Amino acid sequence: MRRREEKLKKPKNHKSIPFQKKKSEENMGNQDHTDAYREEELKEDGAKKDGKNREIIHITYVFVGLFMLVIGYFSYFMIARSNEVINNPYNKRQDLLAEHVIRGKILSADGVTLAETVVDEKGNETRLYPYKNLYSHIVGRFFKGKTGIESIENFHLLTSNDNAFVKVFNDLSGEKNIGDNVVTTLDSKLQEIAYDALGNYKGAIVVMEPSSGKILAMVSKPDYDPNEISNMWEKLVEDKENNSALINRATQGLYPPGSIFKILTVLQYMRENPNYKDYKYNCTGEAVFNSVKIHCYGNEKHGEVDIKKSFSESCNTSFANMGIQINMKSFRELCDTFLFNSNLPTNLVYNPSRFVVSGSSNINEMPQTAIGQGKTQITPLHSALITAAIANGGVLMKPYAVDYVENVNGTVVKKYMPEIYKTLMTPEEAQILTEYMSETVKTGTAGALRGKKYTAAGKTGSAEHQEGKPAHSWFVGFAPAEKPEIVVSIIVESSGTGSRYAVPIASKIFDAYFNK
Amino acid sequence: MINLFTQISKYLNIVFIAFYTYYAFRVFSLADRDKKDRIYRKMKHIIYLFHFVSYLVLFLNTGSFKVAGLYIAQVVAMLVIFSIYPWVYSNISKFLLNHMMLLLTIGYIMLTRLHFDKAMKQFAIATLSVVFCIVIPIIIEKLKKLQDFGWVFGGLGIVVLLSVLFFGVSNYGATNWISIKGFTFQPSEFVKIIFVFSIASLLSKRRDFKYVAVVTVLAAAHVLILVLEKDLGGALIFFITYLIMLYIATSQPLYFFAGLGAGSVASYLAYHMFNHVRVRVMAWKDPWKLIDNEGYQVSQSLFAIGTGGWFGMGLYQGLPTSIPVVDSDFIFSAISEEMGGFFAILLILICISCFLMFVTIAMKIQELFYKLLALGLSALYLFQVFLAIGGVTKFIPSTGVTLPLVSYGGTSILSSVIMFSIIQGLFIMNQDRNEKIEKKRRKTKKTKKS
Repeated sequence: MRRREEKLKKPKNHKSIPFQKKKSEENMGNQDHTDAYREEELKEDGAKKDGKNREIIHITYVFVGLFMLVIGYFSYFMIARSNEVINNPYNKRQDLLAEHVIRGKILSADGVTLAETVVDEKGNETRLYPYKNLYSHIVGRFFKGKTGIESIENFHLLTSNDNAFVKVFNDLSGEKNIGDNVVTTLDSKLQEIAYDALGNYKGAIVVMEPSSGKILAMVSKPDYDPNEISNMWEKLVEDKENNSALINRATQGLYPPGSIFKILTVLQYMRENPNYKDYKYNCTGEAVFNSVKIHCYGNEKHGEVDIKKSFSESCNTSFANMGIQINMKSFRELCDTFLFNSNLPTNLVYNPSRFVVSGSSNINEMPQTAIGQGKTQITPLHSALITAAIANGGVLMKPYAVDYVENVNGTVVKKYMPEIYKTLMTPEEAQILTEYMSETVKTGTAGALRGKKYTAAGKTGSAEHQEGKPAHSWFVGFAPAEKPEIVVSIIVESSGTGSRYAVPIASKIFDAYFNK
Repeated sequence: MINLFTQISKYLNIVFIAFYTYYAFRVFSLADRDKKDRIYRKMKHIIYLFHFVSYLVLFLNTGSFKVAGLYIAQVVAMLVIFSIYPWVYSNISKFLLNHMMLLLTIGYIMLTRLHFDKAMKQFAIATLSVVFCIVIPIIIEKLKKLQDFGWVFGGLGIVVLLSVLFFGVSNYGATNWISIKGFTFQPSEFVKIIFVFSIASLLSKRRDFKYVAVVTVLAAAHVLILVLEKDLGGALIFFITYLIMLYIATSQPLYFFAGLGAGSVASYLAYHMFNHVRVRVMAWKDPWKLIDNEGYQVSQSLFAIGTGGWFGMGLYQGLPTSIPVVDSDFIFSAISEEMGGFFAILLILICISCFLMFVTIAMKIQELFYKLLALGLSALYLFQVFLAIGGVTKFIPSTGVTLPLVSYGGTSILSSVIMFSIIQGLFIMNQDRNEKIEKKRRKTKKTKKS
């Protein structure tokens, strides 16, 4: 009040005042209400006199529009994206949720419970794994740092999409809500067959559906019983016997690929030489390439071989011969597009495979590299992906182990869909490789798959890794060759030849699959 | 029991703030002063309620009497501020005062939950700022000379920014802090306001092409120095504010779009020239890929927002401290995590309603200088809000700017309070002037009747 009077005492001459006065005189009379009058006056001023308000309104629209986008994006994130985003092992808020939710179950595709939380009368929760060692790597563990599906699906397991009324009732009465169940793509029968078939060997098996990328089984040995992890933890970490039982060899084990790598060598050779069908080589069991001596397995003499026979008989000298002819730089590019030295499209913990030869490498690296020895290293999951791409006409599907998430009443909350990851080769190339891999079964090194009611295709490998020890036995393949439904990637550590150890395991898995 | 109350309070707070937000927009359609005043009173009461409920939760969860003490001190400060301002200025905009106090209160609550010491410091600085800034409206109204110092202000801004460039210290990757005897502050926060004064003054005098070109060089110099200081957020704010002021002053959309074009070219060049720009963009495109390093902050922010969900975890029920710099640049994520996504959206709406009020005030002003001043500050404010919220929600790459009045930071608080006070001053000036006209009108009416 004081200030207003003060102001009136010494009216300042201001440019706009005379104008306003005039305006107010004009408008006087019919307008009685102060505010309404003022607004009217201003509206006319805005339009007539200075014209700037139109620009101000433009700016206001732009800004408000911009913020509507922010709010829209924020809501979109909350509704559509947040579930996926927060289900991340880096999100440390997981344990907070456990205070309000009983962890959900993990189920196999055929409905078998693989992990569940049991609550006793006192309210103590225990995470149980009814199949003990069988799923220790793929389903993973809950204690001592979550792994496997327990880790990647942690948030869904700790989120309850139960009926809203039940949830509010539980909140208010202090009861815990029941978390959602995760239904995997794992086939309990195949998992069991694969597990038993590997026997007491160390090694890993990956079984996939090439058309979708579904992981049907994943075994890694040695393993452990996740129920007993707390008691065994120190022993497992100490690892006196060098078992590395905590490692999932299927995704993390880096092995020399041995002869299964010839799939890529032959593909590169085909791409560089359109007349590859005329290729001929005379195998004498061993030969020197550049200055590297290469010999066939057991120094076997394959005689004159063409490209198909080189492949099906796994002739090392012939492949070393191809290896010194192909362009190292473009071979490196091919391997890089086949996901060497790069990330795999999976949220399981894995190691990237390695391929080190490049345009500037010593040419003496090539003979060994071409037959899958040398410095190349690959994981069983990665070799399964390459095989799956061949089986799927050149298109690699993103591998996944979780089919859907359902709430406690069985209503599906989230469904994972098959996704194309990348086209690795043309359908024609996939067709030719399939033909060569079928030949391997028909006449070549994968004889244990001959005479079945299905036609299999594949490639064996016997990867030498340490002097004086038996080779790692490899087999990658699929069946039926005409319309592949199932892909396997098998490694049996320090056992011997692929033909003898890995192929029979594939045979058991295929038999089980097709006898369903 | 404490947990139950914490859960109930989060719903209560959303309801309170929803009402507040409704009122904040409702007043725009009201003409009657008494009706408006009634709503302003309701808004004020909601602030007290929201403040009380939140601090009760904070107190129950910590059991600390320091929290209770801080609450009482804040209530006293609020009572004083809410009574002293209208007493000094009868024509004050209670709308702006309410908004300023609410935004500060939201900041206090979140900071008390995050770091009690910082909340104390924030409260002290904010209260002192609000008390001292009570002189600003008088200065705005009395010091007409302010509009004649365009070049002086512009030069001053450049000098201050340059001195920061040469003598500044780095903090969070940008060299935009000055440290004097252990006391650090961010001069660019003040230069922002001086800059708006400078441009408003210059563009209200002349608007021919040659002159505009020279003024543009001055503005570009500001932006360039900030880019060199690696203060990308600051550079963007200056840039957009200038473009908007230029558009309003000249009514030339061409200038605006030419400016935007130049800005796009400059950002493209900056992206290819500066590694720190590329890193920000990469962390924005795919934070998950870089989650161990550059993407860590944004990832954690999204975890917080996502996990909190629409209704929030409740105070002390989340894990906002896992986000680096959560108390200043990323406070919005902490609010969203513990108070809820709905609350966060309401907060955005409150900032928008603030802006709409700024703009309404700008539109009512007749003189170009004051109009440009009000509008420049409005743009400054809302664009900063946009960068702050857009950055932490991954709508745009994070540029590391504070959310005015809410984020922790002495310089940020002081400059935001100054900004609000200047607009308050412009509002009061306009109201006083209108009242004068009103009186004259009444007088003439009487004489006519007689």
